[in-house]
Amino acid sequence: MPKVVVDVMPKPEILDPQGKAVLGALPRLGFSGVTDVRQGKRFELELSGEVTDDVLEQIRQMAETLLSNPVIENFAISVDGARVEQPERTA
Amino acid sequence: MKVGVVTFPGSLDDVDAQRAVRFGGNEAVALWHGDHDLRAVDAVVLPGGFSYGDYLRCGAISRFSPVMTEVVEAAGRGMPVLGICNGFQILCESHLLPGALIRNDHRKFVCRDQRLRIENNRTPWTSSYAEGVEITIPLKNGEGGFVADAETLDRIEGEGQVVARYLEDNPNGSMRDIAGITNERGNVVGLMPHPEHATEALTGSGTDGLGFFTSLVERAFA
Repeated sequence: MPKVVVDVMPKPEILDPQGKAVLGALPRLGFSGVTDVRQGKRFELELSGEVTDDVLEQIRQMAETLLSNPVIENFAISVDGARVEQPERTA
Repeated sequence: MKVGVVTFPGSLDDVDAQRAVRFGGNEAVALWHGDHDLRAVDAVVLPGGFSYGDYLRCGAISRFSPVMTEVVEAAGRGMPVLGICNGFQILCESHLLPGALIRNDHRKFVCRDQRLRIENNRTPWTSSYAEGVEITIPLKNGEGGFVADAETLDRIEGEGQVVARYLEDNPNGSMRDIAGITNERGNVVGLMPHPEHATEALTGSGTDGLGFFTSLVERAFA
């Protein structure tokens, strides 16, 4: 069955306190060379049927309404490991 | 007036909010997140807590509960709605209010008495206060940082939609020290600190929060 992944990340201009906490922990563990960490969420959706354009459009709506908050987050959709071009937003 | 107080799974402050509604001279009506009607209430309070465990994002799942469909529709008709803490988060997720609330910039839960300035007393929830009055009420949140893009911040400040601002020390990294906002129409108010915990001298840090609950009555007789 096809698997669709939705990655959700805080927008670059939004403060990410969790990422900052991870960044602060790395040197304490002896890891060096990391200059920034951003923490996001990954949703793996198992689908019952084929990934058609209609299905992708529905997943885009899921991502916009529930999986992410467009005020503070961006999302990207991948199908079986390949990043899908975002469908054009209808005005 | 009849004021509905919604209980979601994980709400904490619903009973205090009901009590504050009664202290304010109104009748409190308990509403359940699964309700499909608002039981003829005249106003709604969304209380604090951790609805649906704060899973996904604070307020993200509550937004889609059956009662919120009714609340969003009623707010659109001009019904007064007050969201406190988690209720504020739900109102932002519902797009009834602009912006969003993110984790405190210092990453710690904060619980303390907080000084605020009431900057807009033209809402049904703040008309008991003199504009510019300074009050102290409890604040307790882990994800209380108000954020929005610069354009939105300029707009809500320009339109007088900032209802309350933090004084002295910004407790959570909220942009422009914003503690509470209202929508363009002025009937929906979101506030991060907790006026319902400061309505009685015996159990609170004072009674500075009572005005949020007496404002409805004053408006009704105005």
